[in-house]
Amino acid sequence: MTASIFFRPRRIILTSLLLLSCAAVLALGGCSSSQPKLTWKLDTSVRGHLPDLAFHLTDDNGMAVTARDYLGKVNIVYFGYTHCPDVCPLTLTHLHMALQKLGPLANDARVLFVSVDPARDTPAVMHNYVTAFGKRIVGLTGTEAQIRTLAKRYRVAFSRGPSNGHGGYEVNHSSAIYIFGDKGHIQLLATPADTFTEVAHDLRQLIQQEHAS
Amino acid sequence: MTLRSVLPLVAMLWVWVLPAHAVATHPAVSVTASHAWIRLLPGTLPAGGYVTLHNAGDKSLVLTGASSPDYQSIMLHRSILANGMSRMVMIKQLKLPAHATIKLAPGGYHLMLMQAMRTIHVGDTVPVVLHFANGGQLHVNFKARPANAH
Repeated sequence: MTASIFFRPRRIILTSLLLLSCAAVLALGGCSSSQPKLTWKLDTSVRGHLPDLAFHLTDDNGMAVTARDYLGKVNIVYFGYTHCPDVCPLTLTHLHMALQKLGPLANDARVLFVSVDPARDTPAVMHNYVTAFGKRIVGLTGTEAQIRTLAKRYRVAFSRGPSNGHGGYEVNHSSAIYIFGDKGHIQLLATPADTFTEVAHDLRQLIQQEHAS
Repeated sequence: MTLRSVLPLVAMLWVWVLPAHAVATHPAVSVTASHAWIRLLPGTLPAGGYVTLHNAGDKSLVLTGASSPDYQSIMLHRSILANGMSRMVMIKQLKLPAHATIKLAPGGYHLMLMQAMRTIHVGDTVPVVLHFANGGQLHVNFKARPANAH
């Protein structure tokens, strides 16, 4: 109680400032009223809160690549592994369908499928895998250290599970899908639970926004 | 039960049985299968298997596993998306309550088919035997579909 009395004068100042800034925002909004306000289906709260796209990896043709090689298009980054028979193919299929829904605009977007199982996912394995889904999907693998660096950058967790008794193992991994603008800034966060229609809606908007900027 | 009341049931069974060619053997299992398909992945990668199971009987049944002459082993799995993580867990058994329909579908319960014994092509039929705790078996033909099938 004492605290609230103590802070009261300051609160009045803060409230006035807040009202003033709201008025300023409204005025600015009024100026640009010709631009309809965009509504997004996916999570936009990541904007400005995750670092720009950066990595050193190997593509599915065996070439050393960096994030710079992929700027100029919207990049949809998803972490997974090829021995994952259910969720990874489902997610890649949904992303492929979302891109198909974009029509010619899809030329301005691609999927970067990053392996969290570099021990088994060689460039050749990745190549066969991604091409089975669609031509706009690039497979990226690398050394354990390279993958860890990228995963840490986007707070992606992954861990190898125990042997499944048939010579294999599963990898638990973050299910998030990171969508970057054509300059490599983070724009949207999606999950496998988002429908391909929702993803397509936001991709279309994002690509058009990037074209305009 | 009059013939008239049974006819639609027979028709339904026929519809279920036709695409999947499901035929019950061993101790009778009151289960019908439909929409049985496999998501083929390149090379030697494991494939995901999906099927809709309907227990038409008055007793619950327990699915304990599956086998196929076309794959060295098949495991019963469940994908779980929770707390932003994607996990795959092995399932020892899956209960099919009386009169219930259980879907093994992408993103949830599924079969993981490992080490194909022959080259399987899109469009091929893969025979799978579903094993139940009571010793019953259900033969279901799964259709091989491409990686990006949906």
